Amino acid sequence: MNHPLAESYFRMDKLPHIWCPGCSHGIIMASIARAIDRLGLDKDNVCIVSGIGCSSRAPGYMDFNTLHTTHGRALAFATGVKLANPKLEVIVISGDGDLSAIGGNHLIHAARRNIGLTTICFNNNIYGMTGGQYSPTTPTGDKATTAPYGNIDKPFDITKLAIGAGATYAAKVTAFHVTQMDKYIESAIAHKGFSLVEAIAVCPTYYGRKNRKGSAVEMMTWLKDHYIDFKVAEKLPPEKREGKELMGEFINVDAPEYTALYDALIDRLKD
Amino acid sequence: MTDKKENLTIHINQEWCKGCGICVAFCPKKVLAIGENGKSTMIDPDNCIKCGMCQMRCPDFAIFLGGSDS
Amino acid sequence: MIKFLQGNEACVEGALMAGMRFYSGYPITPSTEIAELSAERLPKVGGKFIQMEDEISGIAAAIGASLTGKKAMTATSGPGFSLKQENIGYAALAEVPLVIVNVQRGGPSTGLPTSPGQGDVMQARWGTHGDHPIICLTPDSVTETFYLTIRAFNLAEKYRVPVILLTDEITGHMREKIDIPDPSEIEIYNRKRPETGDVYHPYGVEPGEIVPRMADFGSGFRYHVTGLMHDETGFPSNSTENARKLMDRLMAKTVTYRDDIIDYEALYTEDADWLILAYGGMSRSARAAVKVLRQKGHSVGLFRPISLWPFPEEALSALAGKVKGILVTELNYGQIKLEVERIACGRCPVEFLGRGNGEVITPEMLIETFEEVAK
Repeated sequence: MNHPLAESYFRMDKLPHIWCPGCSHGIIMASIARAIDRLGLDKDNVCIVSGIGCSSRAPGYMDFNTLHTTHGRALAFATGVKLANPKLEVIVISGDGDLSAIGGNHLIHAARRNIGLTTICFNNNIYGMTGGQYSPTTPTGDKATTAPYGNIDKPFDITKLAIGAGATYAAKVTAFHVTQMDKYIESAIAHKGFSLVEAIAVCPTYYGRKNRKGSAVEMMTWLKDHYIDFKVAEKLPPEKREGKELMGEFINVDAPEYTALYDALIDRLKD
Repeated sequence: MTDKKENLTIHINQEWCKGCGICVAFCPKKVLAIGENGKSTMIDPDNCIKCGMCQMRCPDFAIFLGGSDS
Repeated sequence: MIKFLQGNEACVEGALMAGMRFYSGYPITPSTEIAELSAERLPKVGGKFIQMEDEISGIAAAIGASLTGKKAMTATSGPGFSLKQENIGYAALAEVPLVIVNVQRGGPSTGLPTSPGQGDVMQARWGTHGDHPIICLTPDSVTETFYLTIRAFNLAEKYRVPVILLTDEITGHMREKIDIPDPSEIEIYNRKRPETGDVYHPYGVEPGEIVPRMADFGSGFRYHVTGLMHDETGFPSNSTENARKLMDRLMAKTVTYRDDIIDYEALYTEDADWLILAYGGMSRSARAAVKVLRQKGHSVGLFRPISLWPFPEEALSALAGKVKGILVTELNYGQIKLEVERIACGRCPVEFLGRGNGEVITPEMLIETFEEVAK
């Protein structure tokens, strides 16, 4: 028998996917499909949009209306899809470089508009497709093929960036914490307004190897040991919070959604 | 996916398994191992609690809980 | 209905009559009136307007909208046109119908934002990387802007190519009388869509048809669109044989169907010894000059490409074999002149009067140059 989730929501003739052994992207992609399944969405009404990069190859595997666009522009294409047909549930898959470097402008403006797009950021801290260059989320000091002496850049916190720009739903989670990931992605898709889930992913091939982070299992273990929910962290004494990375649902508020506002404008002009 | 847990069993698609070892490392009951072929293998089916965490963390749709008929 | 409109306004009127229901763009002089009027008019007909965060997203959103089945347009000028190039190539490869208006201004870079120029004609043809099909139309009046905008949409829908309406600050900002026809008098072409229940190959051409049928996202055909080379199923393919087939098919669009696409005006060319060749806003000076020159006894005609790409090559070639010379005039340093030289192929001299300083070439300047070169 076949994998039931794969059979229901993926293009079986395109699998197995191109990603390296232990790459988190398959974990996050499957979590998106589980969320869609639990929400009972009609596959014909779901549109998955991506840019360029490792994670942006995901839509090719997913059995929906799928759009693989130009580098950084997934949110811009998706804005057109959603505004032109608000009935579509539009989900954007974007890597850290795609979303926050070349596509950073579209991220902040999609968040500002509160347009009903769900963005799932596959954040593996590196440009994988081009072979391991540093991205806007590569930690300071870490190595990359373009930071052979260590990265002197300061990284973005993509979740905070989205919240600062006006996202009405934003959560951060890791590829290890799959139960929470399922929950956040489901909430993000159900949310009316701009939503973002930043999924911390491991790239054993480039980021891991360059920075001697060990195998995929070791990298996943690091995520397990270091990420805690910010609500849990608030209750911890300072010494126990040290060295921890925070995840969780950071914002979930209601605000008027852009395409609904535009449809209301059309109705108003009819009078 | 509404089958009862007792009717489910772990299936491993050896073609799709890339041998990353994630399912093995994080199985709460340690019922999986990497076999001689470098792929995930069930070594202790009796102790599998069918929690499905291997399926959720597998990046490759290679391991899953399904009907026990096959 | 008689109106008194700017070229930019006529463009929006034409777009709406053609069925435009989505506009996304970014403000830029001298094209901004197109965005402003679209913002006002689109919601009244149930359409959507969005001012995006930059030029790149302006075209990207329009492509996204077109994939849902809406007729989409974006408008810009030189600097924005440069920024849109990558996604023009995307639309060409993914075969997404789209109209891009470029109201040309003067100079490279920020240049002369409020002055006319025609320096983007080669960029309109080859601006994006890689070989690609493109259609580019250039109007010389407010009325023609209206009709060519409709034609741009029709051609985009028919051939699934991005169509560039290349106007300039002259035609964009000039006001003229225009008789807007009743919609029933206008022929509208809508993209062919697959029938429900068909086995759908999103990039396979049905026998006897011109381009693949295009399903709207959300209409039940779940398919993949990519800027990678793809096969008939729409999925990426690295096969060189497949890439050759796809590229051959795309590049043939403006060759096989050139007779349907190509448009030009030939005025007094039947008995002409000489031609003045001009296009867009500059053909207004050329037309005036030709009339005066004929009164003065010169046997001169006007040749005006209306489709710049594909270029009316056969018509010009036939004339080039008969005349004593061609005077090309354009607001650049000789971009279309190169094309004319290629077509004339040494059969007659190709003279040139151009400039790129934001000034219009007047009929008087043209008459003077003509009388020098055509002695």
